[in-house]
Amino acid sequence: MEDKAIYTENLTKRFGNFTAVDQISFEVEKGEIFGFLGANGAGKTTAMRMLCGLSHPTSGKGNVAGFDIAREPEKVKQNIGYMSQKFSLYEDLKVWENLRLFGGIYGMKSKEIAVKTDEVLQELELERERETLVKSLPLGWKQKLSFSVSIFHEPKVVFLDEPTGGVDPVTRRQFWELIYQAAERGITVFVTTHYMDEAEYCNRVSIMVDGKIEALDTPKNLRQQFEVSTMDDVFQQLARRATRKAD
Amino acid sequence: MLKFLIEKEFKQIVRNTFLPKIIIMMPVMMMLVLPWAANQEVKDVRLSIVDNDHSVYSERLVNKIIAGGYFKLTDVSASNPEAMRSIESGKADIILEIQDEFDKSLINEGVARVMISANSVNSTKGGLGSSYLSAILADYATELREEGGQAVVTAVEVPSFGVMPQYKFNPHLDYKVFMVPALMVTLLTMLCGFLPALNIVGEKEAGTIEQINVTPVKKLVFVLAKLIPYWVIGFAVLTVAIGLGALVYGIYPVGNLLTIFLFATIYILVVSGMGLVISNYSDTMQQAMFVMFFFMMILLLMSGLFTPTTSMPEWAKTITVFNPLKYFIQVMRLVYLKGSTFFEMIPQFLALCGFALALNTWAVVSYRKSQ
Repeated sequence: MEDKAIYTENLTKRFGNFTAVDQISFEVEKGEIFGFLGANGAGKTTAMRMLCGLSHPTSGKGNVAGFDIAREPEKVKQNIGYMSQKFSLYEDLKVWENLRLFGGIYGMKSKEIAVKTDEVLQELELERERETLVKSLPLGWKQKLSFSVSIFHEPKVVFLDEPTGGVDPVTRRQFWELIYQAAERGITVFVTTHYMDEAEYCNRVSIMVDGKIEALDTPKNLRQQFEVSTMDDVFQQLARRATRKAD
Repeated sequence: MLKFLIEKEFKQIVRNTFLPKIIIMMPVMMMLVLPWAANQEVKDVRLSIVDNDHSVYSERLVNKIIAGGYFKLTDVSASNPEAMRSIESGKADIILEIQDEFDKSLINEGVARVMISANSVNSTKGGLGSSYLSAILADYATELREEGGQAVVTAVEVPSFGVMPQYKFNPHLDYKVFMVPALMVTLLTMLCGFLPALNIVGEKEAGTIEQINVTPVKKLVFVLAKLIPYWVIGFAVLTVAIGLGALVYGIYPVGNLLTIFLFATIYILVVSGMGLVISNYSDTMQQAMFVMFFFMMILLLMSGLFTPTTSMPEWAKTITVFNPLKYFIQVMRLVYLKGSTFFEMIPQFLALCGFALALNTWAVVSYRKSQ
């Protein structure tokens, strides 16, 4: 199991009487793009927070980048990147200052950061915005920058929580190109989304319903299994089984 | 890691539209404006006189009162009810009623009576006003006695012996000498306690703290990075405040400046800890502000800043034992006015160290990076 980027065994999180995540078990290979789907309130964010070491599991086991999420959350954190649903770069810092800050936090040296900053800005075609305060960037650019910040320190696994929410189709397309580039470099990508066309871009997809994983396979196999033509139909069929109300 | 975080904090403080202004305005307001405003000396008491006598003696008394400078004659009323009306309408603070045949009884019996009625809605003004007035009356009686008669003008009993007080440490009883060192304490409380706490809650609101929580940044490092910039600012502002006190009011500490800075260091730890505890229990800026406001009122009013804690009722005195402001205000006044040395203030030192330890332990325990 040590060669998996992520694996969980009966991972569970309860808040009082409410079981947000109910005994989920799955594995993610190194360098894989893993789609983590589910309706609102299905427990995706809670599961992701546990994997990132932000939330302590009630029971079960989880291992990310070779470290136990319950026993070594700080080591997990050293080896992952995280981009949250809520845009969370520092708005009152300039583009390069955000990169420098997060690089520094992960222990990169100033020189190393400067070189990498040039590279990233070139890749994103944001060289001209180097000195711009993040708050004055358009949303699409912010999202791309946010992703670049989350993989700036070359983590083993990156968690993306609805990274393309509210972004236009062209920018979403570009965003996925960035994800593919990261995966090619060997970074494992764990992504949640509500866009079913994006689910098609993933290597494998899991669908959560009411805190449980109801389906897990490649998009192609899932479509065949449910005898439908799109991932959207697969999702609709599964989501209809939900008894839990969306939040 | 710490270096990058501190760098970020300074950039954010400088770029903030509001913080640099408040950091500059606060010491200026506190040092230049408040010592004049937070002053309990009573001046310009408005006096209404009911002179039923209209004699040379009564006129001389009135002139004497006005000449003293503490009283402003607002009106001369014909009767007591009329004077009461000017108190009720807020035009006068004190009535002095001079009895009919004031001069005659003064000459014939050697004793004359006047009546002082003070509006005591503001008890300080009423109380001090009437005692000033009594003092002037006593003085007037002495004057008359020296002129030959055995006259006594009295509203209260005249003391038969003279008191010559010698005021130590603040010989001119200047209220500013008393307030300036204490106001520096409130300055540090705001800058090093409340500002970093609001800053942390601000990151909670913006969601950026979540991003920091998934990084390997240790909570101690994160909190230190928040506090260090405000500690630096706190010391700079304290130095400026001490400078302003010397320049504007000529108020220097009689004691050692280093003693002040030593105690300030401990005190800054105390208030930072207090701010952190508040930030740990608050999810929004609004919530944090209300909690701070609530505590600030209690801490200030029960610190001895305006009124001595020793004259508070027993139960209130017990509460002040748990007020760190009290100890640092004591220290500041002792060093500034009396020139006390460190060894004379060991109890205050131990109390402040205790607060620093307790509050910061609480802050660390209540801070959660994960749920």
